[in-house]
Amino acid sequence: MLETVLFYLLSIAAVTGGLMTITRRHPLSAALWLVVSFLSLAGLYALLAAQLVAIVQVLVYAGAILALVVFVIMLLNVREADLPADEGFLGNLALALVGIVPVAFVVIRSILALPGSAFLPVAPDYGFIQPFGMHLFQDWLFPFEMVSILLTVAVVGAVVLAKRRI
Amino acid sequence: MVGLQPYLVVSALLFFIGAAGVVSRKNVFILLMSVELMLNGVNLSFIAFARFLRDFDGQVIVFLVIALAAAEAAIGLSILILLYRNKESLDTGDYDLLRR
Repeated sequence: MLETVLFYLLSIAAVTGGLMTITRRHPLSAALWLVVSFLSLAGLYALLAAQLVAIVQVLVYAGAILALVVFVIMLLNVREADLPADEGFLGNLALALVGIVPVAFVVIRSILALPGSAFLPVAPDYGFIQPFGMHLFQDWLFPFEMVSILLTVAVVGAVVLAKRRI
Repeated sequence: MVGLQPYLVVSALLFFIGAAGVVSRKNVFILLMSVELMLNGVNLSFIAFARFLRDFDGQVIVFLVIALAAAEAAIGLSILILLYRNKESLDTGDYDLLRR
């Protein structure tokens, strides 16, 4: 019962945060609504017994990535006058919905047509850091190393791009 | 007891909200944030399927996707700083160097 209530609260918060994100005029308020959405998603991950991923979502996504976004918005010192007028926003959104709503309708209908979807009980340590780490470093070692190379490339690239003179 | 389907519906909604943001907004910041929203929608369905199939693969993929999103945000934001420095604008319509 509590799980159902939490699920509906968190998913309404996540979807509302997403809707507010794409409709705000100033990027700063959009970023703060995105934090709402990401924190509710962390709650949903915890409901799905993915404790470690929920913590990483709060620390890395809501913490680091959005802090970086907010930092850059503040750094650029965007004024109200510098914002794009977005005068055709509602028209663009209506056009976008014409394309997106049919696809979304088909996807959601096919999700609802899936057979037998109840969650079965899992092992008591499911989602804990130890089995997760064992799995990550045994079966997913190569993708993990690829991601570390990718992060190195990203750090070097960001420095090269953002610095005026190296 | 909430099953797999409600989670997948929420995930699809987040993905399509993000897609609508990507195609309808002109502010580059909100474009980047909509892409993050789409990534998170997909992440939620990975986690829901991992719980449904009772294994760790989905969670590991989400872990890697979060690392990838961090890299994407770092590169994307530094490109954005460069664009703003050169064009003094956040409007995607002003970045028209390649079609002039």
